[in-house]
Amino acid sequence: MGRTLAEKVWDAHVVRAAAGEPDLLYIDLHLVHEVTSPQAFDGLRAAGRPVRRPDLTIATEDHNVPTTPGPIEDPVSRAQVEALRKNCAEFGIRLHPMGDASQGIVHVIGPQLGLTQPGMTVVCGDSHTSTHGAFGALAFGIGTSEVEHVLATQTLPLQRPRTMAVEVDGPLPDGVTAKDLVLGIITAIGTGGGQGHVIEYRGDAIRALSMEGRMTLCNMSIEAGARAGMVAPDDTTFDYLRGRPHAPAGAEWDPAVREWRELRTDDDATFDRVVRIDASSLAPWVTWGTNPGQGAPLSGAVPDPASYVDPDARAAAERALDYMDLRVGQLLRDVEVQTVFVGSCTNGRIEDLRAAAEVLRGRQVAAGVRMLVVPGSVAVGQQAEAEGLAEVFVAAGAQWRGAGCSMCLAMNPDKLAPGERSASTSNRNFEGRQGPGGRTHLVSPAVAAATAVTGRLTAPGDI
Amino acid sequence: MDAFTVHIGRAVPLRRSNVDTDQIIPAEYLKRVSRTGFADGLFASWRADADFVLNDGRYDGATVLLAGPDFGTGSSREHAVWALQDYGFRAVISPRFGDIFRGNATKAGLLPVALPAADVEALLDLVEADPSAAITVDLRSREVRAGDVVAAFDIDDYTRWRLLEGLDDIGLTLRHVDDIAAFEARRADWLPTAG
Repeated sequence: MGRTLAEKVWDAHVVRAAAGEPDLLYIDLHLVHEVTSPQAFDGLRAAGRPVRRPDLTIATEDHNVPTTPGPIEDPVSRAQVEALRKNCAEFGIRLHPMGDASQGIVHVIGPQLGLTQPGMTVVCGDSHTSTHGAFGALAFGIGTSEVEHVLATQTLPLQRPRTMAVEVDGPLPDGVTAKDLVLGIITAIGTGGGQGHVIEYRGDAIRALSMEGRMTLCNMSIEAGARAGMVAPDDTTFDYLRGRPHAPAGAEWDPAVREWRELRTDDDATFDRVVRIDASSLAPWVTWGTNPGQGAPLSGAVPDPASYVDPDARAAAERALDYMDLRVGQLLRDVEVQTVFVGSCTNGRIEDLRAAAEVLRGRQVAAGVRMLVVPGSVAVGQQAEAEGLAEVFVAAGAQWRGAGCSMCLAMNPDKLAPGERSASTSNRNFEGRQGPGGRTHLVSPAVAAATAVTGRLTAPGDI
Repeated sequence: MDAFTVHIGRAVPLRRSNVDTDQIIPAEYLKRVSRTGFADGLFASWRADADFVLNDGRYDGATVLLAGPDFGTGSSREHAVWALQDYGFRAVISPRFGDIFRGNATKAGLLPVALPAADVEALLDLVEADPSAAITVDLRSREVRAGDVVAAFDIDDYTRWRLLEGLDDIGLTLRHVDDIAAFEARRADWLPTAG
């Protein structure tokens, strides 16, 4: 019987299989950042263990870094970053610190450097590691105990996940982006819909996505409960990889591509679960609640919690409307925001900045609205400056910042104040995610930019 | 890691679904580099509300957390598990868990127990009516018992054995270091290195 893409990548990495035990899976690339690693390095030191493969490990500073010039003011944040520097020096791990030309969000720099390649296993102590599945890699987030395990052994003992296909039928309508697509998928299947599964995104709409779009899509697989999301590699993937610093080069390129072309689900393979999404049902999307599954078309209204059959979903919706200070039936396009954030591992790549700049060109950020535009990496920022995008943002009255996780998660100075409302291109609208008491609406970069212009949730087609 | 065999304790009813790890431990607490001392950050935002269930003195000293579906979704932060343990919890019962949280919990010795929604509902009703009700979480027999409720739960044999024995994964994996070396010897030489 045929195998799915996920099964092929899994099988190719099994170091050891034994009845009644999890498979021992080899890890090709381990990405490290400052937040989830210090306790893992402490564990190694306590046990006197080295890092088995420092050459398959790379670290960056992202969660704590300020996006304005200067050092980290917060002594606790600074100590955490300094701990990473000390640990990387002690254990021989390559680190891209603040100020380095290759520094950036961990899920932006891996693909940018060409380290993320089809068919690899990629892990990081960060749930958005699913991003790397856009290349046909099996990539998933892990906890700190597992970080220590990978550092010590370059493997993880794991139960084989179930497989799930998300088939997107038909082309995406005009003005509908990868972000709208993934928010629509999560609204359809819920935050637990992918639990225990690896999702493979399939269909013409997926094939038509750029690598940036596929990364946005796979990035938010975790918000649907799936540990990983994948897209089979194709010419779009290979064109993106060619010439990147760590991609195969010279005589190694053609054999690598031949191998990568085998990384597709066999025609006679079966998935444990199949979900079909009609692309024509999608539109610019926005969340109204406090989990990423609480979303709706931007042209719609705040739903009535009473419309939910499931009592848990109804209670969650009631609680969300209270936290978000929204009324049943209120038009989403009437919701006013004070802050707009473009950035994060979901939407901080060059194509995202281009989409935002296209909407902002010749327009102004509304009075009373602050807009932060934060490139996902130093290199993305430099490219945006070279393309004239940064000028567009500054001319429109937006703040053009340095690279980092920024306002995605309230671990650095970029935060919402209590009660402040944002339109954000990040991935989580949880209570307090962008700052205690802050209210988050998840949107695409184009919707974020249009919203900045009007001060209300707005689709680009409506200005 | 402490072994987990049979635990008997009182439970806190947290009647909420989609309790994400940002709620369990807000990001501000993640700046610490230690592995302990997270109890003060547990549900920090919600605890600021006097009506939050953890502020209800009748549940002081409870060691089992009862919650709605999709507990521990979101961020991979293992600090969520450490915070629950530091506060005194030994087990969490929910109809469904976020995958990463569930994995993290079993690595650290906090038992995640997935029960059918009807059983969780019955347990919630029980401890809301009688906060002193004892709940038995029996990993040996894979069963939760409280009042009239007897509910079986699934956990794979390997994870169960590891928890019963209190074994860490790394030591177990290093028994197979020859297999790892053999795998490395046959990896394609064009695969990327970060060095």
